Amino acid sequence: MGGVNTRLAPYFLTAPGIVFFVALLGAPMLMTFLLSLHSYDFNTGIQSDWTFANYIEVLGDSYFQKIFGRTFGLALLVTVICVLIGVPEAYILSKMSSRWRSIFLLVVLGPLLISVVVRTLGWALLFGGKGLLTMISQALGFGDAPVSLMFTFTGMTIALVHVLVPFMVISVWASLQKIDPQSEDAGYCLGASKLTVLRRITLPQAMPGILSGSIIVFALTASAFATPAIIGGRRMKVVATAAYDEYLSTLNWPLGAAIAVLLLVANVVIIASYNKLIERRFAKVFE
Amino acid sequence: MSYLNFQALGKQFGDFVAVHDMNLSIDRGEFISFLGPSGCGKTTTLQMIAGLLTPTTGKIFLDGVDITETPANKRGLGIVFQSYALFPHMTVTENVSFGLEMRGIAKTERLERCRDTLAQVRLEQFSDRYPKELSGGQRQRVALARALVIEPPVLLLDEPLSNLDAKLREEMRIELRLLQQDIGVTTILVTHDQEEALSMSDRIVVMQEGEVSQIAAPLELYERPASTFVSHFVGKTNLVQGQVTALNEVGINETRLKVDTGQRAPGMAVQISIRPEKFIMSTEEPGLKVYVETAIFLGASWLYRVNGSLGELFVTQPNTGSARYTKGDTAWLSWQEGSLTLFEEHA
Ligand SMILES: Nc1ncnc2c1ncn2[C@@H]1O[C@H](COP(=O)(O)OP(=O)(O)OP(=O)(O)O)[C@@H](O)[C@H]1O
Ligand SMILES: [Mg+2]
Repeated sequence: MGGVNTRLAPYFLTAPGIVFFVALLGAPMLMTFLLSLHSYDFNTGIQSDWTFANYIEVLGDSYFQKIFGRTFGLALLVTVICVLIGVPEAYILSKMSSRWRSIFLLVVLGPLLISVVVRTLGWALLFGGKGLLTMISQALGFGDAPVSLMFTFTGMTIALVHVLVPFMVISVWASLQKIDPQSEDAGYCLGASKLTVLRRITLPQAMPGILSGSIIVFALTASAFATPAIIGGRRMKVVATAAYDEYLSTLNWPLGAAIAVLLLVANVVIIASYNKLIERRFAKVFE
Repeated sequence: MSYLNFQALGKQFGDFVAVHDMNLSIDRGEFISFLGPSGCGKTTTLQMIAGLLTPTTGKIFLDGVDITETPANKRGLGIVFQSYALFPHMTVTENVSFGLEMRGIAKTERLERCRDTLAQVRLEQFSDRYPKELSGGQRQRVALARALVIEPPVLLLDEPLSNLDAKLREEMRIELRLLQQDIGVTTILVTHDQEEALSMSDRIVVMQEGEVSQIAAPLELYERPASTFVSHFVGKTNLVQGQVTALNEVGINETRLKVDTGQRAPGMAVQISIRPEKFIMSTEEPGLKVYVETAIFLGASWLYRVNGSLGELFVTQPNTGSARYTKGDTAWLSWQEGSLTLFEEHA
């Protein structure tokens, strides 16, 4: 009697979640995809035909190629910098006494409590032509020319690293917590120096955290909007801001939709293949 | 001449004294066990020997050299941790060869020595597996191989068998002891399992709340425990309260027992300890009359709980193939001279 019920129970139980996702995520995505298959005319608006012209245009146009290249280059650079900053940060945190650790964890994660827009505007104040950076450079006697990182690749990188480094710290921290501290002791007793233990025993065990942190940071950077919009602006477009402009400035919704779909596909492909690589590498090592 | 030597070794964590004033000298090739209840400071002592903890007082000498200040990675001792602490990201061979690599030994020799050591612990065919792919007993043997391959002057084992099931544990005891005798490595085993300590060690150090209670060979420890704590902790025992009534006589309620009382004056409160297996149980007089309350079959032996003029006692008797006593039976207990041990009340 309970047979049918038990078999159906999982579906019933997940139904609210599924409905939620289908309605709020699946449907808009499908509609965006369908929209991207229409062509657009500047006089008459969206046409009712079906075509891949938008995709061909985006993929073939060196203007968009440059934006895509810039976006994934930015994502890669931000990820690398987040690894370089976040991993030592998490390691030092894990070695602190418990009282200092809770204070510093709060300091590290605190920025997550502030809106990205507010944090980015803070950077804009520092980077701008009359900002702190300019004042310092003038005070140090590097000439009167304003130093501005606004609308530059460097500026975007710095601001995004600041926004995303906590994700790397959390992720690495979680995997450091799982390491048996005695495996480090075992390393010392076998004659390894502190540095060797760190390099040969601690870091490899933290690798899953570093890799999953990289995925998070990469994905969030590649699809970031607020920070590139404020710091990069029109002059330093990334894919997300380019799609936004197609929608709202050019009003070419189908082209914007095609850009959005391509960003999604590229992101999924990169992350999925990366994930596969990790799984193959670590499946045997960690549960 | 003693090989490993502690002088007034002590460790304090804040106000808490984990190990207090420990003196011990261990000979080359000896197998020593630290035995004691949880939290008595066994691991702390072991970690001080390994160099993972700095002693607050005292000194450690290895082969005449003061190593108290030597860091762990320069001491070169072999240690097997309670959790094994294998490197999960390395294969069995990589785990075992790590210590050799740190000693700058060439790859071919490394592999050869790994193979030999893995053969010693019978793990040759698992050399390419990761720790995750091994059973508990196999992991334990990898940990052992990793500690042995560097040919350490001293092997430190922190409850290495406690994660294994009962049967495997018994097998590993014998295996470990044979291996140790084979190699002749000086070994310190930490355990809270008295059977393990009794069956494997040359000498046992019984610890209680950071202090050494007794250091003795297994048989001596069992037969002549220095205190009620030791007699309780090492093996099972019956403890009864009494009073010296005359020279070599102790009174318990109305019963008089013949015990060596030494110089103790009549009237002194004492405790008598007698091990359950020292009793000879008979269906006939003479002896101490008791009633059987419970009979529990243990396979090789019977455990009886009996009641009589000494109060409640536990008695074990070898299994002779028939149930000789059941609940409610009357029996008479006797014992050989010298089976009783006397402790002053607050020994
Ligand atoms: N880092 C530390 N800080 C404070 N107290 C500690 C610390 N390490 C150990 N202790 C205390 O020292 C005492 C001895 O600890 P130890 O680990 O040596 O016990 P043990 O005999 O190995 O016990 P077990 O059989 O449970 O492993 C315990 O009471 C423990 O709480
Ligand atoms: Mg312990």
